[in-house]
Amino acid sequence: MRLNKKDILGMRDISVDEINLILDTADSFVEVSTREIKKVPTLRGKTIVNLFYEASTRTRTSFEIAAKRLSADTINISASTSSVVKGETLIDTARNLEAMNPDVIVIRHSAAGAPHMLARMIRPSIINAGDGAHEHPTQSLLDMLTIRSKKGKIAGLKVAIIGDIAHSRVARSNIYGLTKMGAEVAVAGPATMLPRDIEKMAVTVSSKIDTAIGDADIVMVLRIQTEREQQNIFPSLREYASCFGLNANNIKLAKDDALVMHPGPINRGVEISPDIADGPYSVILDQVTNGVAVRMALLYLLTGGSSE
Amino acid sequence: MLLPSHRMVRRFFFAQRECNRGKVMDDKRVVMDGEGIDRALARIAHEILEKNKGVEDLVLVGIRTGGVFLAQRLQKNISGIEGVAVPLGILDITFYRDDLLKGRKKPRPGKTDITFSLDGRKVILVDDVLFTGRTIRAAMDALIDFGRPRLIQLAVLIDRGHRELPIRADFVGKNLPSALWEAVTVNLAEKTGKNEVVIENAP
Repeated sequence: MRLNKKDILGMRDISVDEINLILDTADSFVEVSTREIKKVPTLRGKTIVNLFYEASTRTRTSFEIAAKRLSADTINISASTSSVVKGETLIDTARNLEAMNPDVIVIRHSAAGAPHMLARMIRPSIINAGDGAHEHPTQSLLDMLTIRSKKGKIAGLKVAIIGDIAHSRVARSNIYGLTKMGAEVAVAGPATMLPRDIEKMAVTVSSKIDTAIGDADIVMVLRIQTEREQQNIFPSLREYASCFGLNANNIKLAKDDALVMHPGPINRGVEISPDIADGPYSVILDQVTNGVAVRMALLYLLTGGSSE
Repeated sequence: MLLPSHRMVRRFFFAQRECNRGKVMDDKRVVMDGEGIDRALARIAHEILEKNKGVEDLVLVGIRTGGVFLAQRLQKNISGIEGVAVPLGILDITFYRDDLLKGRKKPRPGKTDITFSLDGRKVILVDDVLFTGRTIRAAMDALIDFGRPRLIQLAVLIDRGHRELPIRADFVGKNLPSALWEAVTVNLAEKTGKNEVVIENAP
């Protein structure tokens, strides 16, 4: 059993077998986090660097907890308190970190492709924790783990992704990943939030939330990036909420046992109403729990001896 | 006197090995059949009860995968004798292995399932074959992370020797002297449909 990769950069270049391997491995790590002593000695002596150029609570904490539960040493670097403010370039920062021999570098950056560039230039394994509006593979993997553990499968399920598809790395990674695993993906959002040529990604597109979530097994709601309100992509949060918000009425269109997912952070009352976010359909907090297991699995699979 | 050099010894060893290989190439020796396994497990169940003076505080923990079915059979045997089903846990030792960081190829971890506290319990660790002792070392480290057992005893179906750590079993189904290159396999009906212990030249 091996992952034929040095890095985890995106769901686009990961095979179905590799996805299954990661999810199966993650399944075994779920239990570790339920123990009284939530720590195993698996990665003792390994060093993981979290290099975050963008704000994050969930992802950074999740990676840090994952590494610590495997007994690896972790270092968190956030751009605002590092030499980045003195003008150091990403490559120089990465090379300097490489010189201290970490085993894995987890990077989040606002520029699409930043992790890919580092992966080519430096020796340690790179995990993409979100690059611009491009990909967020670990989010997609934890979504798949959540779907699989609740539904027992991914293939054949109808998944609706609602919201700002164009600017969402979560949507992109999930479209790549879920269609690869045999799910049917439907997307819906305002025309200004649907990327051009989205049909080419083998998804069905609609401009109405009702059409997309009709008969869906999974409803995945994306965060409205409120910072984009100024870009005139949508008139107002209130209007967005009334046209594309998931609420107690339109959720009835989905299957009775549908799951509601959200990558967080939630804008309550905008893309999702509070009663749905906290309601029985919601698996939003299961996603967070599974995130730790998926990241443990990736760290486990990526770290190894230098001999091979 | 001329002492044989290291290389000569090795050459001799490998010549012997090749020679043996030729002779027993297809020779899969069955060293224990289904009845033999049943009898051994019946005896071990009695020995466990004798040594621990009953089932009080007793729990069984099977090491995934070979030890799990054996632990289940021991649980059944013990409840047949004492009328009590002792708690049974499943332990996966992958995260505690000492050879994990040697290469990129990783053993696939399984799930650990111990739903009861180990504090103050008498833990009977169950595995199919005792070989180098490294699995047992990993299992003991894992158990101790789950709590503080009063004692840990080891029950194995086969002890094939070649220990690399100072570990011994408390209850042994059969001592089976073996060569390092041989493979000892315990087949159980629950897994492979057959009950037998086989020794053969490793592929």
